[in-house]
Amino acid sequence: MTLLEIRIHGRGGQGAVTSTQVLAIAAFKDGKYSQAFPNFGVERTGAPVESYVRIDDKQINLRQHVYDPDYVIVLDSSLIDTVDVTKGLGKNGVIIVNTDKSPKELKKLSGFKVHAINITKIALEVIGKPFVNIASLGAFSSLSKQVSLKALDKAIDELFIARGKATAAELNKKAAKAVYEAAK
Amino acid sequence: MTKKVIEASHAIAIGARLCRPAVIPMYPITPQTHVVEQLAEFINNGEMDCAMLDVESEHSAASAVIGIVAAGSRAFTATSSQGLALMYEVLPIISGMRLPAVMAVANRALSAPISIWNDHSDAVSARDQGWIQLWVESSQEALDAVIQGYRISEDKDVFMPLMVCFDGFTLSHLFEPVDVPLQPAVDKFLPKFKPLYKLDVRKPMTFGPIGFPNSFMHFKKQQQEAMLNSISVIKKVNREFKKAFGRAYGDGLLDLYKMQGADYAVIGMGTLCGTARVAIDRLRKKGKRVGLIRVRSLRPFPEKELQSAVKNLKAAAVIDRHISLGQEGPLFTDVRNAIYCNDISINSYIAGLGGRDITVNHFEKVFNDLEKGKQRGEWLF
Repeated sequence: MTLLEIRIHGRGGQGAVTSTQVLAIAAFKDGKYSQAFPNFGVERTGAPVESYVRIDDKQINLRQHVYDPDYVIVLDSSLIDTVDVTKGLGKNGVIIVNTDKSPKELKKLSGFKVHAINITKIALEVIGKPFVNIASLGAFSSLSKQVSLKALDKAIDELFIARGKATAAELNKKAAKAVYEAAK
Repeated sequence: MTKKVIEASHAIAIGARLCRPAVIPMYPITPQTHVVEQLAEFINNGEMDCAMLDVESEHSAASAVIGIVAAGSRAFTATSSQGLALMYEVLPIISGMRLPAVMAVANRALSAPISIWNDHSDAVSARDQGWIQLWVESSQEALDAVIQGYRISEDKDVFMPLMVCFDGFTLSHLFEPVDVPLQPAVDKFLPKFKPLYKLDVRKPMTFGPIGFPNSFMHFKKQQQEAMLNSISVIKKVNREFKKAFGRAYGDGLLDLYKMQGADYAVIGMGTLCGTARVAIDRLRKKGKRVGLIRVRSLRPFPEKELQSAVKNLKAAAVIDRHISLGQEGPLFTDVRNAIYCNDISINSYIAGLGGRDITVNHFEKVFNDLEKGKQRGEWLF
């Protein structure tokens, strides 16, 4: 494979950084090399946040920011109006948006491969709270085939159980699977 | 060994845990904070038999290191930027009293303007204070350098403190795969700390007394000898680390990449070298004869090793992530001084200050400059 770069847009408090960490752990569990890092800002609740993942089948030495992502995940569709979420995204780039709108209604994203999924709705059904960060990775797994759902489950366990959140791990795994199915 | 995707700050904390320090005096500062948090977690969970000393400032953290090591125990601490600046008064006291210790520095720009982001101004500014400085490129190396660091620092021919310098945010907040050594292997590699002298009520002794003009210079000369001794100790520890854990970082002092047959090279420290490797891979595919010299040990400075590394080059460029205001990039000064007798052209570039990204494109530009025979470097924005 060639180097794959993923950018996740969220708002401070939504867990975009945690989701990139889970994705990097999952890719590694699938036998790949991976890297995750946030856009090094001063975190404030509600402010736009970006976090990145690199996945490759060889060791990743690159330490520069992600400029040309292959995939973009937008955890909050209101960001589309304030942040250039397609910046650097090539014509084959894929964008996954958590929204209740249809791709056609997301006019700013026209010209890109847009997958509009109501991840918030699924999270509310499965978790009972609008926690979309980990759930959104289900869509990435389903659409990209670059990381398996099984590896995602293992990564969620590893990160959440280490933080003493076993119940949250179970709920997030269920939500990721539901989003995986919805994105098919 | 178990391989896991973890944050470099976590890797540093694991490295410290594996070395079994008795006391950790700590004061948190961005971007070093995750190191402190992780160590506190280890101690709280009973995974580490160690006392955390919650001090009121970095000056106190460094001062506590003096007491801990003088009493015969192993100490660890970590800081960044203004925190290191606040420790400044104590840095030469620790080294002057020949107290071995390891401190991790998550490198961050010095204010003003306020910046929480990476450059090398904090630790490079402290290079003359008798601390060995190992500059690392990856999370794996960050962990490994802590373990190597105690072996080097506590070697009887050295007995000087050591800083493990790792780029703030760019590395400290980066998750990547890390091989975590097992405790028995580290215990075998790193014996218990055996101080030559220690504070003991049964055998009272004074540490750090006044050095009158008739003795002071002798102390400094001994310190210089110890620093020069550390050159071969760093190499030896790097070799033995490879035997024990299967990993080495160049010769311990310099880490060379694709220097075989290279006409042009970039010289730098820290994570920018990872990005340089990618640029070099791309240029090599186009037939360009380019390579990298990563300076791992800034103090002691590997003069002879550098002279030998550059001997077949036509030109080299030093990338400094710091500027000695009123002079030039300090790494450039050191490199030019070391290779004064080598007949090669050398340019100085200032880059990556206060978190400014250093990219593959920057390195392609630098190599292009060298190939075209450009005689002057510049600031890379």
